[in-house]
Amino acid sequence: MSLMSEVGQKAFNLGVPFAVHLDVTYRCNERCVHCYLDHDDHGEMTTAEIKDVLDQLAEAGVFFLTFSGGEVFMRRDFFELVEHARRLMFNVKIKTNAVMIHEEEARRLRELAVDTIQISVYSHRPQVHDAITKLPHSFERTINSIRFLREQGLRVTIANVMMTVNSSDHLGVQKLAAELGVHYTLDPTITPMMDGGTSVLALRIPGEDLPEIFHNPALVGSQEEFCAPPQPPSEEDLEGYSCSPGHSFCYISPYGDVFPCVQFPLPTGNIRQQKFLDVWNLSPQMKEVRSIQAKDLTVCSSCSHVTSCTRCPGLAYVEGSMRGPSTADCEKSFYRTGVPTANMLRQGLSKPPGRVRLIQIRPIAMPA
Amino acid sequence: MPEDCIYIARSSAIAARALAGEMMVMNSADSTFFTLNEVATAIFQAADGHTPLREIVRNQICEQFDVDPEQAQADAEQFVAELSAHGILLVSNQPLAAETAR
Ligand code: SF4
Ligand code: SF4
Repeated sequence: MSLMSEVGQKAFNLGVPFAVHLDVTYRCNERCVHCYLDHDDHGEMTTAEIKDVLDQLAEAGVFFLTFSGGEVFMRRDFFELVEHARRLMFNVKIKTNAVMIHEEEARRLRELAVDTIQISVYSHRPQVHDAITKLPHSFERTINSIRFLREQGLRVTIANVMMTVNSSDHLGVQKLAAELGVHYTLDPTITPMMDGGTSVLALRIPGEDLPEIFHNPALVGSQEEFCAPPQPPSEEDLEGYSCSPGHSFCYISPYGDVFPCVQFPLPTGNIRQQKFLDVWNLSPQMKEVRSIQAKDLTVCSSCSHVTSCTRCPGLAYVEGSMRGPSTADCEKSFYRTGVPTANMLRQGLSKPPGRVRLIQIRPIAMPA
Repeated sequence: MPEDCIYIARSSAIAARALAGEMMVMNSADSTFFTLNEVATAIFQAADGHTPLREIVRNQICEQFDVDPEQAQADAEQFVAELSAHGILLVSNQPLAAETAR
């Protein structure tokens, strides 16, 4: 185990909020087709409020701080917030579409010793990327910004959200990332909207297309390891917890609402009304999330995939129960290994039920 | 460099936080990650750029941890050299401006 994982595990065991994801705005200059946010400003925290939150997070022991949005640079005070965070010695990561980063901004980010800048790139083909973001020339601007950041020696990761409309472009984006000298991550997860709307889920890669991705060594590394059949869970596995939300991680919205995770819209408190540590330590919802062990999961506890599955309790919560299965992860487990999941077996299915069907989808004009 | 004149300051490029008595330190430039034990944490926290290392060892380390002053000084110098090689501490024989990220 690396020193970093050891420390992360220690924070998890002690219940210290080691990492926090803070969205500073939901406003955005792009209108991505898969985005789950309402972009209007319904009363974002002020500069002073966010600085106070940062003070509280430092006090609570937070080490990794991710600033995200919306588009973080839509806030005119964004650099003031990063400056404050760095003065408090957080390890700062930023998620952005980068279209507002020019040479000057790149230089500032380097001076502030920001750890990593994660940038969304949907395709290596400008017309496809721009059709997804609905911002003309966004591809060109984003790629130029990546070059400015690299010139400053900053660490950049391209995050490639994969959906139906760009499903054939991942290899192109991976090649582009290599040319630019940046890291590449692929994410086939489309998140339901914050208000619970599921229309964007229609953009999810259909399960039947997942084997092609999961059996591509360029994307998953060792296929043998990645696609290995699940091992039956041990007693110890069943005593285990799922991911870090509520244990060593949480998410804070631009309005001060605290949630277990970005993808887990269970309200646990608001830091405009309570101290952060009171929400973290005392919120009944946070305590409930923290208490769930694998053996408590209604369907998954009897599933052979339970130890290797990426079951997201947040997506499960959106589907009806944070202790239940998450359909998207069931699909992934099945198509990764070919072994039926407990969720399928209890429904008598030979393959996953398929994606949540389209309720309403914003039209997207995709170039040929 | 005469040892009485060593001044140390934390670099502005690092992230740091205490976790259960240990200090976690990471240099964003190369992602090197360290955890410091209690004694090292005390030196790190006292690295204000204007207190000589010998004074930090005498006031913070010998008093709090009941250790032999010569041994403590030698250990502290080795520790400071290691962290400065990783860009975590800045070392000079002149007082340094305590760096904070600008
Ligand atoms: S699995 Fe879901 S709830 Fe857990 S960290 Fe990932 S996104 Fe968040
Ligand atoms: S495959 Fe489905 S049923 Fe099995 S653990 Fe994962 S989410 Fe639960």
